[in-house]
Amino acid sequence: MNMHAIAEISLAALLVNNIVLERFLGLCPLFSVSRRLSGAIWFGIAATIAMTLSSMVLWLVSRLILAPLSARYLEIAVFVPLIAALVLASGHALERFAGDTFRRIGVYFPLLAVNCAVIGVALIGAGPSMHGNSFSFAGSAMHGFASGLGFLLVSTLMAGMRERLELAAVPRAMRGAPIALMCAGLMALAFDGFALFSSAAK
Amino acid sequence: MIFAALLFLGITALVGGVVLSLSSQRLQAQMNPLVHRIERELPGVNCGECGHPLCGVFARLVADGREKPGGCIPGGHATSVRITAIMGNAPQETEALMAVVHCKGGHAEARVRSRYSGIPDCHAAMLSGNGSLICQEACLGLGSCVRACPYGAIAITENGIAAVNPALCTGCGRCVAACPRSLIELIPRLHKIFLGCNNRDHGSRVSEYCSVGCTTCGICVEATRASSAISIDDNIPRLDYAKHENFITAAYKCPQRCFIDTVRARPKVNIDTKCDGCTACVPVCPVEAISGEKSQRHIVNKEKCIGCGICLGVCHVHAIALWGGLAYRTEGLSLKRR
Repeated sequence: MNMHAIAEISLAALLVNNIVLERFLGLCPLFSVSRRLSGAIWFGIAATIAMTLSSMVLWLVSRLILAPLSARYLEIAVFVPLIAALVLASGHALERFAGDTFRRIGVYFPLLAVNCAVIGVALIGAGPSMHGNSFSFAGSAMHGFASGLGFLLVSTLMAGMRERLELAAVPRAMRGAPIALMCAGLMALAFDGFALFSSAAK
Repeated sequence: MIFAALLFLGITALVGGVVLSLSSQRLQAQMNPLVHRIERELPGVNCGECGHPLCGVFARLVADGREKPGGCIPGGHATSVRITAIMGNAPQETEALMAVVHCKGGHAEARVRSRYSGIPDCHAAMLSGNGSLICQEACLGLGSCVRACPYGAIAITENGIAAVNPALCTGCGRCVAACPRSLIELIPRLHKIFLGCNNRDHGSRVSEYCSVGCTTCGICVEATRASSAISIDDNIPRLDYAKHENFITAAYKCPQRCFIDTVRARPKVNIDTKCDGCTACVPVCPVEAISGEKSQRHIVNKEKCIGCGICLGVCHVHAIALWGGLAYRTEGLSLKRR
């Protein structure tokens, strides 16, 4: 895998096809953790770990087990229990080997075990990529890692906005979730600008 | 076809289960079995008042003996007792606290010097010229404490100042940190009276801009001379809640009505037929509510009596008792003008 491919995959996953703002996956955790900046950052880190690991393991499962048995139609059904087991097991491992880090992000692992963003990233990584050609193993891992960073980026930006929104004179009817959803929508429009990257690359 | 799919999913579930059970046995740190039982007794609001981010962390430290069972402030005494029972130790006392706001100068009492129409937040108002009131110690009434309270126990009254509802307050103390003027304090829940002013300015100036501001006249100190529970420090009375004193006399003697009483109606004193007219109770009454001739049954003026209970202690025939009920106020905490 050359540098060009790495840059293309990570830029695409981070900005152009951002998991939250362009694919609309993981909206629920985005709004629940972005109340405070620290929570948003730690959840983003936990999500990055979960997405990278599941992208790697599930690419192997899909290519080495499901594809030879021509059972790729079972991908979603197989991925759900495997991701749950994988994320919870990695939580256990983290607790054992990095107790201090686990104390900060441990609460998020049960959330991530059944999260649409994690399975979405794994399905995209294992399936055909956006240009029709498939990801390699390293490409899938890179895609998972960059998608996690994309979530981290958006949740951090979102938390920064919501911390300031708490002080803003928002009309009563728009306070809380409505204004947060509108901000997310406006941010998604701004991220649409990154689509120029992909059209320029073509 | 469908059996192959079922078989496949069964194998997947089996693999997932085996992975999880192996990881929880081999990888997960051995957890003290007490931790889960302790955590179930905690309120679970993750308020952070114990100094730890999560209730689970606190439970783990208690189980390890690195944290005291009484450390959970919203849980209070009842939780402390239950945790010590789980730990198998003798219970210890925890003092229940509640938050109070040391200001009662709202729209009607405190004079305004400017109009503030910026961000509705106390910290923002402090940044733009220290707020719109002349008093530099007054409640800004923009509700930073209201937003900090996880229990909805604080509200801004119609008079424009923050008031704590003691029934909902758990004494977690988040509002204390949220107030930019440090007007909120945690006091023992048993006490119903506190000072509604924090102004250290000179008395003559305070009376110019607030009708309920403390002028440091010292009458409250005189009223509690027996217990010496109030002392003037930095031009403001300090109430010592550790002393044996209910502050009722001080509250009703205060000429500026600076004190806030969370009790709306107290039991009043009644003198029954056992009274032999010794007149011992007449001079001790701080509000001169007792009258009567020597060796005749004395009479209490119920309009004047404030229910402080000082006369109960001097009656040698135990003829004096408190009659009536107690009623708490939750809205617009302020002293009724008598």
